[in-house]
Amino acid sequence: MSTGDPTFELDGQRVPLQPGDTILAAAARAGLDIPYLCWSAEVSASASCRVCTVLADGRPVAACVTPAVAGQKVECRTPSLDTQRLRLLQMLFVEGNHFCPGCEKSGNCLLQVQAERAGMTDLNFEVLNPERPVDASHPDVLFEPNRCILCQLCVRASDEIDGKRVFAIGGHGIATRLLIDSPSGRLGDSALSVGDRAAHICPVGALLPKRVGFAVPIGQRRFDTEDTRG
Amino acid sequence: MNTRPLETADNPAGPRRIAIDPLSRVEGHGKVTLLLDDDNRVRQARLHIVEFRGFEKFIEGRPYWEVPVMVQRLCGICPVSHHLAASKALDRVAGGWPVPPAAERIRRLMHYGQIVQSHALHFFHLASPDLLFGFDAGIDQRNIVGVTAAFPDAARQGVMLRKFGQEVIRITSGKRIHGTGSIPGGMNRAVDPAERDALRAELPQVLAWAQDAVTLARRLHENLPARYADFADTPAAMMSLVGRDGAMELYDGVLRLREADGRIAVDGFDDQRYRELIAEAVRPWTYMKFPYRRDLGVDDGWYRVGPLARVQNCDFIPTPRAEEARQAFVAAHGGRPVHAVLATHWARMIELLHGVETVAALLDDALITGGPLQAEGPRQCSGIGIIEAPRGTLIHEYEVGGDDLVTRCNLIVSTTHNNQAMNEAVRAVALRYLDGETITEGLLNHIEVAIRAYDPCLSCATHALGQMPLAVSLRAADGRVLDHVLRSSTGELLRERPAHDAGAAQ
Repeated sequence: MSTGDPTFELDGQRVPLQPGDTILAAAARAGLDIPYLCWSAEVSASASCRVCTVLADGRPVAACVTPAVAGQKVECRTPSLDTQRLRLLQMLFVEGNHFCPGCEKSGNCLLQVQAERAGMTDLNFEVLNPERPVDASHPDVLFEPNRCILCQLCVRASDEIDGKRVFAIGGHGIATRLLIDSPSGRLGDSALSVGDRAAHICPVGALLPKRVGFAVPIGQRRFDTEDTRG
Repeated sequence: MNTRPLETADNPAGPRRIAIDPLSRVEGHGKVTLLLDDDNRVRQARLHIVEFRGFEKFIEGRPYWEVPVMVQRLCGICPVSHHLAASKALDRVAGGWPVPPAAERIRRLMHYGQIVQSHALHFFHLASPDLLFGFDAGIDQRNIVGVTAAFPDAARQGVMLRKFGQEVIRITSGKRIHGTGSIPGGMNRAVDPAERDALRAELPQVLAWAQDAVTLARRLHENLPARYADFADTPAAMMSLVGRDGAMELYDGVLRLREADGRIAVDGFDDQRYRELIAEAVRPWTYMKFPYRRDLGVDDGWYRVGPLARVQNCDFIPTPRAEEARQAFVAAHGGRPVHAVLATHWARMIELLHGVETVAALLDDALITGGPLQAEGPRQCSGIGIIEAPRGTLIHEYEVGGDDLVTRCNLIVSTTHNNQAMNEAVRAVALRYLDGETITEGLLNHIEVAIRAYDPCLSCATHALGQMPLAVSLRAADGRVLDHVLRSSTGELLRERPAHDAGAAQ
């Protein structure tokens, strides 16, 4: 990196940027962690989870959709932002039914690891305990709506990668939910195939290929560390 | 329907009621109620399990591959037993039974590690304070801290034996508690040779400790005061898995039922047909069901499971040191069936020794480090898995729909099999030691000692640190509280505190 290359500052560190970079993309390339849930390099950004909110020259923005600007001062790890991020994660937990001890996504779950990194040790809010029936109608893919955080990654993957538009977001407020494009509204009647990217891109345990379960042993899961490898 | 002596009083509204409430469990609560007549004679004694957990219900609707991990949360002491019983049932659903030899060996290794750690925990941490200090010793002494102070070598052996068992579980499941090693159709991991070698290096010492544990349990049993020689002696039939050759078998075998007098009643019974052998009855005063032998009916068909049953039900133990200990156990009792529940501790340590010997043999088996780990076959709609958990026979049964979700779940856990036997033990102790006596903490502990021999879940929340809170009320026939004693979590006996609502003690 020459001294003339454009950079911005993230929590005091200089981050090189390329044309078209978002703050999150540039930081990720530099190996710097900005927490996120709904972002993936495979699909367009949607800024739906807001966990990646940073202060860009003092203005709160979603890092996943905000272009990086040379010379900009970006703050991610401030006490205020850390608290807001923690509250966001806690709200996601209480809005669904997230039972990590019995969940096959445990150890591979982005929500779980972000909560752990955010220092989440309680729920803070009253749990809503929603009743959301599992959709197991598809022969090879399970939809567990109790774990859905409405990140829209499956929506975008089905649209942009698979070209099927199986999923959409419907409803408003607390009643917002993932819609499935099929006559019955159930996954088994949709065009989804287990080979589709949408069947695998879920960051939590809401959309899962069936009969995989706990096939990956503790120690080899995506987010296993020295502390969790057993 | 006939009822057992002391199970139901002729006039339950008349006698005074003594309620020991709660008898805490790790995962719930129980209580004991005694009804006394005007002469302070015991008219009724019941062990009630007053908690309702609902695991069978909320497993319904879950994908079957999730179940072996989820059901482990039934217990923090023997999660491996539920993990493997569910796996064995769901192996059949997934079409993966029998699992490949390597997976079978690793599961066995995990299971026998579980036997070692659970038996060590129960004997040293939970039961030994009663046996070392006496049933009515001060509660400041009658706990694991007291054992550590007075018998540091024994306490250390208990801790280290448990640690060894936990390490066996870790290298086979990924965690010491609530791992994920076993999956429908096999295992998700083999044993790392370096971790195997680390455990092998400890074996000479661990074997010696296990041998010492048998010696200690025998000595404590034989040195019990004369008045405890027949403590809670309750003759009962005995049920367990055994190998097809009659060997002690804790992971997979056939069912054997032996009458209380020692005659074999049922042998070589296919575990998949268990429902032809036993059924379950419900009683209105407890949430725990009462399994019974179909051929004898609900009143006479009760039986005992667990170490005392297993050690006497098998023809032999297939490891040399434990077999020698079993023969000594039989000889010490003149070859007669043993039904005194305190002998369970001795039997438990014989099984612990067998567990260590089996772990030693499996660690020498090259298969545990690799080979095919998962089997596949035609999907089935139901499966039954039966295993000998540390406390006794454990049954998991599932039905699974075409969409892979569980539609029905039936669990018969060890404590459930022993429900009637524990009630009988409570009655025997109440008659012998509490009949007409003034309530003391030591007398209450006599009842706990009898229960504790069956089910360490009851004692682990209550006894290990001397923190079992108890509330005992004496009521007149009209419901007036005559006396109320509260034992606080610090062991302090308090009076003049509000009694529990009489209705709650029904």
